[in-house]
Amino acid sequence: MDAAIRTASAMPVQEMGTETDTRDYLAHARTHARKAGYADWTIVDIDAHHVETVHWHEIIDYIEDPVLRHQATMYQKERIGAPPYGLNGDLGLRYQDVGGRIPHQSSRREKVDEPGVHLDVALTRRAMDALCVDYMVLFPTPMLFIGMHPQVEMEAVLSNAYNRWLAENVLSAEDGILSLAVLPFNSPDAACRTVEEFGANPNVIGFTVTSTRYKPVHSNEYMRLYRMIEETGKPIAFHAGYHWQDPSLATCNSFLGMHALGFVWCNLVHMTNWILNGIPERFPKLNSLWVESGLSWVPFLMQRLDDQYLMRQSEAPLLTKMPSDYMRESCFYTCQPLEKSSEVGLKATLEMINAETQLLYASDWPHFDFDAPRAIYDIPFLTEDQKRNILGRNAARLFNLPKKDSARKAA
Amino acid sequence: METVRVGSVEEFAPLPARKVVEIGGEEVGVFRLDDGFYAWRNNCPHQGGPVCQGRIYNRVLETLDAGRRSLGRRYDEERVNIVCPWHGLEYDIRTGRHPGNDGMALEPVAVQVQNGEVYVSL
Repeated sequence: MDAAIRTASAMPVQEMGTETDTRDYLAHARTHARKAGYADWTIVDIDAHHVETVHWHEIIDYIEDPVLRHQATMYQKERIGAPPYGLNGDLGLRYQDVGGRIPHQSSRREKVDEPGVHLDVALTRRAMDALCVDYMVLFPTPMLFIGMHPQVEMEAVLSNAYNRWLAENVLSAEDGILSLAVLPFNSPDAACRTVEEFGANPNVIGFTVTSTRYKPVHSNEYMRLYRMIEETGKPIAFHAGYHWQDPSLATCNSFLGMHALGFVWCNLVHMTNWILNGIPERFPKLNSLWVESGLSWVPFLMQRLDDQYLMRQSEAPLLTKMPSDYMRESCFYTCQPLEKSSEVGLKATLEMINAETQLLYASDWPHFDFDAPRAIYDIPFLTEDQKRNILGRNAARLFNLPKKDSARKAA
Repeated sequence: METVRVGSVEEFAPLPARKVVEIGGEEVGVFRLDDGFYAWRNNCPHQGGPVCQGRIYNRVLETLDAGRRSLGRRYDEERVNIVCPWHGLEYDIRTGRHPGNDGMALEPVAVQVQNGEVYVSL
């Protein structure tokens, strides 16, 4: 072989793991962003996550009730081998990382040496820079199950503590990090207090119902809450989750099957009740946002409800048009995890939901089924204008987000 | 097409071994298994993830008995997969193919060994 042959440079990271820096992990996304010229695009990521339980010892300080706060402090300080104080959920059944195959889902133990900067702020900024997004909405992770808490009042206690901790320690540090405050939905009065407390906070751009719960969203007890949210001009979001103990899902023996169904099932039920009980008719200015169920369930439900509605209109008398019309006009959707194995199916889906105005980009970073912006950018049948709408303009419109200086994105 | 040295054969140990390199802006993963060397572009066909920088797992199989009852899962001792760290898609290091979808495959890179040195051409 010719002695003049050059030697290739070894990549600095040979195998990615839980200690890999987010910027290395997402370097390919950053490269794509440069090639695509995202510096002058507005990109809004409506659904990313942090692991709030890493900072549970901080969050419990925000528990209002002095007795519970003391209990929590003692528990966190002295109890060995226990999950975070007061938190429900199947904490040992988190198989999202497929047995270690997807390390960023397991944990992010990367080195962060930024004195005075909260860890979650530093990690979120790294992800924002790598994905080239202007705004990133942070959701909790284990707390997505809090709607199944056996103590109804604890949902409110912990949600309030989390919302306050997040606002004071994370949202206040970076105007690009946003939140949809977690509503203690099983306690409607407490949920109303959440709207009162955060309605005027510019970094709280809406309110979240964690969808994993057995509550009828059309119950009269929620009408005051919906009125209050409508008056803020901010949307209500239904963030999907799973519940493996659900009797049907308990027949699934794999996380694959349970997760594929579970993250859709809860929103299928809530959307059905939302539409058939005419919530969009009662609160015409209240926008709803359906998060992390993917999209393929929407055309299914549109067709299913339309078909049945025509035969049984008397059971949904508040409706003045077809269920699919409401789902297309007053409902917004996040794209992730975008089902893209069939181009025919995807095209029909995007047309049926009127993606050009109703679809919002979401990464779900750092979870195993996250979508980088190229999940939208690479869709072959979309125009650049449609891609720009989905990746950012629709969200900027829905949430009244100002255009940001793109200097950091261009760096 | 340019041929570039990746390293010496001895660097690729213990097995399975891998070296991910950058060549003029192109990233390539070179793997050594017990029967030779294989090289693939570091680009997952799923979403462009850095597939060659993922973890290495043996393929998982499920064993059935004569009555078609499941006896559970086990690792295949022969077939070795590289797992994309972004989303977990697995590819056979020898064939580059996804074990559950023949149409999904990594892009190959020519690799050769001469005088104890490993070269790729692209």
